[in-house]
Amino acid sequence: MVKELKAEVKKLNFYYGRVQALKEINLPIERRKVSALIGPSGCGKTTFLRCFNRMHDLYPHNRYEGEIILHPDNVNIISPQMDPIEVRMQISMVFQKPNPFPKSIYENVAYGLRVRGVSKREVLDEKVEKSLRGAVLWDEVKDRLNHLAFDLSGGQQQRLCIARALATNPRILLFDEPTSALDPTATLKIEELIVELKNEVTIIIVTHNMQQAARVSDYTAFMYLGEIVEYDKTDRIFTAPSNKLTEEYITGRFG
Amino acid sequence: MEDIKKRIRITKFLDYIFAIVGLLSTLVGLALLFTLMTDLFMDGFPRLGYKFFASFPSRFPDEAGILSAWVGSFLVLLVTASAAIPIGVAAGIYLEEYAGKNWLTNIIEINIANLAGVPSIVYGLLALVVFVYFFKFGESILTGGLALALLILPMVIMATREAIRAIPNSIREASYALGATKWQTVQFHIIPYSTGGILTGIIIGLSRAIGETAPIITVGALTFIAFLPSSPFSSEFPFISFKWLFDPFTVMPIQMFNWVSRPQHEFQLNAAAAGIVLMMMTLLMNGFAIYIRYRFRKKIKW
Repeated sequence: MVKELKAEVKKLNFYYGRVQALKEINLPIERRKVSALIGPSGCGKTTFLRCFNRMHDLYPHNRYEGEIILHPDNVNIISPQMDPIEVRMQISMVFQKPNPFPKSIYENVAYGLRVRGVSKREVLDEKVEKSLRGAVLWDEVKDRLNHLAFDLSGGQQQRLCIARALATNPRILLFDEPTSALDPTATLKIEELIVELKNEVTIIIVTHNMQQAARVSDYTAFMYLGEIVEYDKTDRIFTAPSNKLTEEYITGRFG
Repeated sequence: MEDIKKRIRITKFLDYIFAIVGLLSTLVGLALLFTLMTDLFMDGFPRLGYKFFASFPSRFPDEAGILSAWVGSFLVLLVTASAAIPIGVAAGIYLEEYAGKNWLTNIIEINIANLAGVPSIVYGLLALVVFVYFFKFGESILTGGLALALLILPMVIMATREAIRAIPNSIREASYALGATKWQTVQFHIIPYSTGGILTGIIIGLSRAIGETAPIITVGALTFIAFLPSSPFSSEFPFISFKWLFDPFTVMPIQMFNWVSRPQHEFQLNAAAAGIVLMMMTLLMNGFAIYIRYRFRKKIKW
């Protein structure tokens, strides 16, 4: 089977002011696969992930160099000419801690659509249900869509955030350590969900949990000090890494 | 061992002493307030009644009332709120969500904090020069309301900023990550989630404004008014009239001051009664602010 690419990172450099956080990153992102970014704390994996939806543009003094090409349009989403809002319309994100809005469950999911100018009740109803089903939350909340999202448990809140991100049909879904604030049962559900979701959407996930990367991802990139040390199929990375540093990290000798 | 026991006894004794001193200090404040209120009530309560609220001031203490004063206070506060709320909230939102963090915004921030501490009479002078002499609004309700708006503007701005700052950044990021613009984020999240804090700040600002005397006297409020401002409704199209904005007025604290400065004892009673009304207004507004804060805290907790 020919590999189909959803995005391509070419010579990406990223700077927080004068500090260079990412160095010469090259990485292919396969369509409808899960790509995991692993590495020790401070290696730049979250920084890298946040380049994909231009979150760095929210804060001053941040600078990108290089390209992230989004296929099939062949546009560079980090070029200064590209409007970050246009990028975020296509690339959604799920954060480390569940961060639902203090609104109803329904309004949380509908928000992305409202931002896009959708206000027809039938369209919203349908999309909300579809997204909640997609995030395997529908059965738990269908009778209380008007309840506050804060009434849900942590794991449910995170699945709500996934539904919220799904509602706008993103082309890439970014996960930034989505289970680090959750208990094992909730974590398992999210992991199953991620594996399920890759049938519909390309996924990039940052995780500090190597077992999680091994369980959910198809490809894994190991990062260290702002660089990609090794990138390969996940089973290769975890069984036969070609780089010594990668081997030491996954066997728990450092990091 | 004996030594330690002795030490413990001594420290416990000091504990006891401080508890008593603290209790007494608290009681001094409470007792003073209580005495003041009782005195006010004993003097003024018999005067309270429909007639007191519905009568104009008069030469005869028994016939004098606070009609023009409370209507004046109400209208002035209306002008104050209409001016201070939109300007103050917009400025607060701008400073928190839009303005960059640099030396200029730092200077603005320090200046706003300082403005909150400027004596109220200075605002009166400012209003006199700007609104009365320059804009020729006259010694009117509009001028009085705007003077008080200047006075509470820093409070409204600071309350808005505090309330906005309490919203965690993760909420903003969640909104932006879904493709929202700045204004959408402000409109759907920042304003609704900070409303409780903002309203609390506004009401506390207004409850301070209602008791202010100095700036109102400076801009030339009258002390004796036996007529009401023009009606806000008219019989001709467009049926509402803003003529009242330019009418002379008086407010509660000025009416009180006027009565207090009279030699007759009966007028002192009127002053006490007006004092009760004014205090009740302030207490009601503060109570309402606490209620709003409680309501919003229950709904939104981060």
